[in-house]
Amino acid sequence: MTSSETVDLRGPPIPKPPVHQQLLNSVPVAVAIYAGVIGVIVYGSFVGAQNMGYNWQWYRVLQYLYSFTDDGFQWGEIMLALPATIQLSVLSFALATVLGLFVALLRLSGLVVGSAVAVGLLELIRNIPLLVLLYLFYYVMGPIFGLDRYVASILTLAVFHSVLISEIFRAGINSVAIGQWEAAKSIGMSTGQAYRYIILPQAVRIMLPPMAGEMVHLIKSSAIVSVIAVAELTTIGRNIISETYMSFEIWFTVAVIYLVVILILSIGVSFLERKYAVDQ
Amino acid sequence: MSSQPIIEARNLDKFFGKFHALKDVSISVRQGERVVVCGPSGSGKSTLIRCFNALESHSSGTLVVDGIEVFEGSKDVRRLRQEVGMVFQQFNLFPHLTVLQNLMIGPMKVRKVSRDQAEETARKYLDRVHIPEQAEKYPAQLSGGQQQRVAIARSLCMETRIMLFDEPTSALDPEMINEVLDVMVELAETGMTMVVVTHEMGFARKVADTMVFMEEGRIVEVAPPEQFFTAPSSDRCRMFLAQILEH
Ligand SMILES: Nc1ncnc2c1ncn2[C@@H]1O[C@H](COP(=O)(O)OP(=O)(O)OP(=O)(O)O)[C@@H](O)[C@H]1O
Ligand SMILES: [Mg+2]
Repeated sequence: MTSSETVDLRGPPIPKPPVHQQLLNSVPVAVAIYAGVIGVIVYGSFVGAQNMGYNWQWYRVLQYLYSFTDDGFQWGEIMLALPATIQLSVLSFALATVLGLFVALLRLSGLVVGSAVAVGLLELIRNIPLLVLLYLFYYVMGPIFGLDRYVASILTLAVFHSVLISEIFRAGINSVAIGQWEAAKSIGMSTGQAYRYIILPQAVRIMLPPMAGEMVHLIKSSAIVSVIAVAELTTIGRNIISETYMSFEIWFTVAVIYLVVILILSIGVSFLERKYAVDQ
Repeated sequence: MSSQPIIEARNLDKFFGKFHALKDVSISVRQGERVVVCGPSGSGKSTLIRCFNALESHSSGTLVVDGIEVFEGSKDVRRLRQEVGMVFQQFNLFPHLTVLQNLMIGPMKVRKVSRDQAEETARKYLDRVHIPEQAEKYPAQLSGGQQQRVAIARSLCMETRIMLFDEPTSALDPEMINEVLDVMVELAETGMTMVVVTHEMGFARKVADTMVFMEEGRIVEVAPPEQFFTAPSSDRCRMFLAQILEH
């Protein structure tokens, strides 16, 4: 290939974006704008609160995070509620993953009954609000099957998210090239073995980002179980507020804790993604 | 070469929906025989050999491979596939496993061979395809020719009695074709029963016992190579040969 052809194939060089756009796209400028916007929001709410005569009592919040007593360092009520939220989320997510895999396999099984059941379930759950689903599990299924509020919460979150996770599994499994199935079958593997050793390990890489998104989604929606008073972050926040009337401070604090947990999770996942990418 | 047929297909028909992909195909392959199948694109070559290891199921006719009757829904399909290896145009190596793991997973999971035994076998066949030094790499780190040789070794590790090749060199850069063909010639010399779909006529002349020409879902010509290349009986076959031998 001659050099003139190379130029033709590439087409004319892409013009450099104008200076103001380059500036807007640079990291420091982006961070500055972001900080500015957040600053305005925070400042605005403080001023607004001041104007309605809200009495800020940030100094009283610390005791709910941690304290030093004669016994030494101790976590406060809010921080003690965090493990409850994490436990609730992890258990629900684990169950949702198992259910989601099951529903996805049912859908991919090629059995007419299997995919009909799976699609029916999918549509049913997708179209019921999470709050109503929670009430169904706690107030209806609860008495019938003897579920306590914790179990009802886990089941609600798991069932709700299993539907979304099953779609992630399906997309991941379908993204593995058909040739992988054929190669697996050609060396005599059963469908189950092909899934286990060949298809799922490859699908997992593709599923990792959306699964992380789903975990974030689940942590956030776990707050809803506060309506049936399951002890977790949001419930504890509500309880503290009803004793202290510090609603602004506590809700801000609770929001920041959710934010930090989710940020840590995101960093962990991008680390995992990079690690898998190196393997390839 | 024994005269025992190891693949016996009688009056196979295959439909994809309304499309008639194989039309009344009969063919018999003896143990140790090397059959080369050629023909224009879309003539049903892949479909035919994919029936041999039940990756496709034929719509009618009878097919017996290594004493196992092949039909849709047969319980013996997995037993059959353990006797019939397949090498694909696109290699289809498992990208998440190293070369060695690619070779070991079949024997370990399907044949339930011990890890040590599987590794020993894997290294033996990796040697056989001349890339013992690539054992720890991932497929994506190998050249196309090396990947295809790993794919051949993967099939060999299952100690199959029959090997099917579906255009094993078509996806390769020209300079890598020979390294794969050489391995296949060596394999032929071991007495393996081989059915090879390919347009590499040099290879065909060298190893084929029988040439098969297909067109529009039919087997049009079956002949030993001397006769096939010098005096094909059908015009279509002659034209096809003239076309590909030009290159
Ligand atoms: N899964 C399928 N569904 C529908 N039609 C198919 C399918 N597989 C193959 N066919 C059709 O069957 C015919 C034969 O296909 P086949 O792949 O066997 O041809 P081939 O001889 O191997 O051709 P090539 O040299 O291009 O590989 C083609 O017309 C193809 O379009
Ligand atoms: Mg083909």
